[in-house]
Amino acid sequence: MTDATTSTRPAKRILSLRINGSTWEGAVEPSALLLDVLRYQAGLTGTKRGCDMGTCGCCAVRVDGEPRLSCLTLALDCEGRDIKTIEGVADGPLLSSLQQEWADCGAAQCGFCTPGFIMVGEALLERNPKPSEAEVREAIAGNLCRCTGYVKIVEAFMRATAD
Amino acid sequence: MLADIPVHRPSSLEEALALLADPPDGERPTPMAGGTDIMVVLNSRHVVPSSVLDLWKLDELRGLSVQDDGTLWIGALSTYRSIIASPLANAHCPALVEAARTVGAVQIQSRGTLGGNVANASPAGDSLPVLLAQGCDVVLQSRDGGRRTRSFDGFYAGYRQADIQPGELIIGFRIHALPPGATSWYRKVGTRLAQAISKVVLAGVAACGDDGTLTTLRIAAGSVAPTPIRLAAAEAAGLGGRPTDVAAAVGAGARADVTPIDDVRSNALYRREVSGRLVESWVRSL
Repeated sequence: MTDATTSTRPAKRILSLRINGSTWEGAVEPSALLLDVLRYQAGLTGTKRGCDMGTCGCCAVRVDGEPRLSCLTLALDCEGRDIKTIEGVADGPLLSSLQQEWADCGAAQCGFCTPGFIMVGEALLERNPKPSEAEVREAIAGNLCRCTGYVKIVEAFMRATAD
Repeated sequence: MLADIPVHRPSSLEEALALLADPPDGERPTPMAGGTDIMVVLNSRHVVPSSVLDLWKLDELRGLSVQDDGTLWIGALSTYRSIIASPLANAHCPALVEAARTVGAVQIQSRGTLGGNVANASPAGDSLPVLLAQGCDVVLQSRDGGRRTRSFDGFYAGYRQADIQPGELIIGFRIHALPPGATSWYRKVGTRLAQAISKVVLAGVAACGDDGTLTTLRIAAGSVAPTPIRLAAAEAAGLGGRPTDVAAAVGAGARADVTPIDDVRSNALYRREVSGRLVESWVRSL
C-alpha cells in the first residue's frame, strides 16, 4: 500500500443525482458503488447490502424506473438519472398498496430482503398492474428471502393487484 | 467498497479506443460493459485490475438492426433486456431471446450485455451456445488496426482465451440468418431457474427437407468443455436422417463430444448424461 499522502488516489468527482424526487450532490470516488453512495453519503440505509455479488437482490433500487442492483452499479454511471429507493415509495405515512399488503400478510419476517422486493415489485406493478402469479414469481426471481419461503410474499403481490 | 482504482469513463468509442491504445497510467485498463461479471470480481477483491474502462456511456454500441444480407446486427452493449424486448431478435434469433430470459433475473438482465458475455469468455456463458449454433461473426475495433470481423466459431482458443487483441473492443455481432424453415432450440440446466450459473447449456438449429430428413443440424453446448463447443459427432450422426430414426445416435454423439469436469456446480457424469438426453429428446421432437 502506498502512503496516503503520496498515493495517486483517483480524484473524487462531483456527482449529481435525483434521489426520490430531490436533487442530491456529492463528491464520490470514481469506483464508488451506487449502494455505498446511497447508504453512506446520502444516508439512505433502507437499501441493504446482502451478498455484494449480484445474487440476492437486497440492494435493488430503480434507475430511471428500471430495477437495478446497486452493488453492481457504479454511482458515476447514474449521473443525472432518476434514482428511487425504498425511502421514496411511501407517500409520507401512506404506504403503497404493495407495502400495505406486505405488512398485512406478514410477508416480512426479518425484513432484510423487503426493500429489494418492494422496489422490484413496484416496477412490475407499474408495467403490468395485473400480473399472474407466474409473472410475479418471474419478476422476483432475482430476490432471495431466507425466512418466508415466498408464499406470503406472493400472496401480498396477489392481494395488491386484486380489485 | 470497491477497490480504490481509477475508472475511465469515455463518452465515445473513439475516446475509449484511444484510452486502450494509449493508456494514461501505462497499464491497459480492463474494459467493463454492464459490470455483472467484473463488479462481482472487484467487490470480492480476488483480482484487482490496475484500472477499469467503463463503456456504459457508449450509446453507439447499442441497438439491433437487420442488415441487407439478412444478418441480425446486435451492438455489443445491447442488454439482455433490450434483446428480450426487441421484435427483431424475437423474429431472427428466438433462441437468443430465450437465453437472455434465463440470465440472472430482471436486475441482471437490465445491466448485462451480449458483448460482455462474449468478452468475459466463460465456458458457462448463457448466450454463447446460441451464437455458435446459429452462426455469428464478431466485429472488433482498435484505434490502430481499424475494424476486424471474424467468425465466432473458434473465437476462444482455450479456457477464457478470447481472440481479443490488445487495444481491441468488441463492437457488435452479425448473427447469421436461420436457414429457411429452420427451428431453433435453447435449454439451460441450472440449480434453479433464476440467478444460476449453468451446469449444462445447449442450443440447436435444425431444418428438415421435403422428404423429412435433416438438412440442417447445428448443436452447441456450454459448461461441458473449456470453451463453448459445437457437437460435431452429434451433428454428423443426425444429418440426412429422419429425426426419430437418428435421435438416439445424435444423443450418443453428444455424449462423445462433451468433455465435462467435476466442479462446484455439477459433475462430469451428470453433465455428459444430461447433454445426451436433452439433445436426443430435442431431435426426437423435430
